[in-house]
Amino acid sequence: MNDVNRRVLPGFRLSLGYTLAYLGVLVIVPLVACFLKAATLPFDRFWAAVSTERAVAAYELTVGASLVSAAINVVVGLLVAWVLVRYEFPMKRVVDSLVDLPFALPTAVAGLVYSSLYVQSGWLGRFLVPLGIQAAYSRLAIVLVLVFVGFPFVVRTLEPVLERIDADVEEAAACLGASRLQTVTRVIFPSLYPALVTGFALSFARALGEYGSVVFVSGNMPFKTEIAPVLIVARLEEFAYAEATAIAVVLLVISFAVLVVVNLLERWSKRVYA
Amino acid sequence: MNRILTAFLVITWLGTAHAAELLNVSYDPTRELWRQLNERFIAAYAKSPGGQLTIKQSHGGSSAQARAVMDGLEADVVTLALEPDTDAIRKAGLIGDGWQQRLPNGSVPYTSTIVFVVRKGNPKGIKDWPDLVKPGIQIITPSPKTSGNGKLSFLAAWGSVVSRGGSDAAALEYVTKLYKQVPVLDSGARGSTTTFAQKKLGDVHLTWENEARLEVQEAGGELEIVNPPTSILATPPVAVVDANVKRHGTEAAAKAYLEYLYTDDGQEIIAKNFYRPVKPEVLARHKADFPDVKLFPVTTVAKDWNDAFEKFFGEGKVFDSIYKP
Repeated sequence: MNDVNRRVLPGFRLSLGYTLAYLGVLVIVPLVACFLKAATLPFDRFWAAVSTERAVAAYELTVGASLVSAAINVVVGLLVAWVLVRYEFPMKRVVDSLVDLPFALPTAVAGLVYSSLYVQSGWLGRFLVPLGIQAAYSRLAIVLVLVFVGFPFVVRTLEPVLERIDADVEEAAACLGASRLQTVTRVIFPSLYPALVTGFALSFARALGEYGSVVFVSGNMPFKTEIAPVLIVARLEEFAYAEATAIAVVLLVISFAVLVVVNLLERWSKRVYA
Repeated sequence: MNRILTAFLVITWLGTAHAAELLNVSYDPTRELWRQLNERFIAAYAKSPGGQLTIKQSHGGSSAQARAVMDGLEADVVTLALEPDTDAIRKAGLIGDGWQQRLPNGSVPYTSTIVFVVRKGNPKGIKDWPDLVKPGIQIITPSPKTSGNGKLSFLAAWGSVVSRGGSDAAALEYVTKLYKQVPVLDSGARGSTTTFAQKKLGDVHLTWENEARLEVQEAGGELEIVNPPTSILATPPVAVVDANVKRHGTEAAAKAYLEYLYTDDGQEIIAKNFYRPVKPEVLARHKADFPDVKLFPVTTVAKDWNDAFEKFFGEGKVFDSIYKP
């Protein structure tokens, strides 16, 4: 242990201690409290609280919409990151800082703006609604705002990786007779896979817990557009703390499971393409 | 969580460290009302032996506010929208039993009700509750699961059937039809107002009487109020948080503060903010502001407020049964 961690700069014990204390206070204690609160319910009541048809429909929607939005973000995010890293153009700095905006904007504001744009009387809705596209108060609306909140995660994860791939690599591939498609699929993509997976995971995890923007655009119709966090708030309104926490625990377990899978995928892709 | 945070953030710090201080934890639409009441009460109280006083305000969703107090927000008085919210604080041991009997009129200093807001000229001809479920009418009101306004709208709709002699089965059929015509279940009262007034969704908005007045004022002629012939009597109660005032030593000030609401002065400010005063002579002076709506008490639809909430909005109860996969 000591040999492995011998460094020119001292402070291993102090910094590790700080790291553990920090994680403990900010992450582990609240999570444990959450599980303990849910554990105050006898198992049958826990099960009754988390397994109603309505709750199951809400989990499906929450997880489904998060997966779709993360997938969209990976595609669009890759494109944006590529443009920002590979090309020079006027106002690049401005475009670059726009990417971060979803980090800073209160998501409730995003939700309000999206819904007023896409309702029938809104700027975009007046063209889309006659075409039969309901992009406010629908599942599509939920995916839209989740794409918005998760977008920067993918771009910011991919950028440093793309920067490390020199343009020389592409030239070398071309010199060695690779077609353009081969250069992309055989040379560029393999080094991007781990970052793509990470970006996907971050964007997905962010979407899973999103509440503020979704309540304003979804319409909250049970079985149609009601996400799981709305159910948690509904149970809190009845002062049913334990039941609310039970639903939260289910969401935690789902997101943890997805993150584990994603982590395995990431390792696997590193091993295969390294 | 968000709402609790906001609640903390909107606490406005008014005073100095020396004067006695009260924290009034209230619900969302009462900001203006309490600002005016506080100003007058502080001036009046300064002349009494109690002396200098400062009053802080906290606003948020009614039950989120109740949870904040139960979780340790140091409220001296609570002035929430719904009795079960105040009573939940009693159940947590912070307010003594029988708090409803400590002040006049069951500790209810003003009442309110649910009215309709419609588009200019009332194009769909909505006048009464049965008009709401006509084909093609879209109704905007928040979710009863997460909003006090939403709960009252539901109870008003239910009561409009049973107070006219309809059976529970008829009431269930009516509200089922009604909620099928609600396109969006916003999580709170303000969300619904935005949906109806700004996004122009729906034909009729079911909302608090006082909120309706503000909504129509802001819309500049685009909207108008329709008073249904009958609606629910909403009774927002006030209470001193015993455990907290004892610790703060603010019992006397808190008690005087709430008693002030029943004075002519207090009732007058209440009426000017479109809440119905409980003093008959003040109500009579503002007769033009408060049209005759036959208001039925909660006992028309249930034993009491707690029973109504449990029976209609509990998990898997009446409201949930309307929605099927």
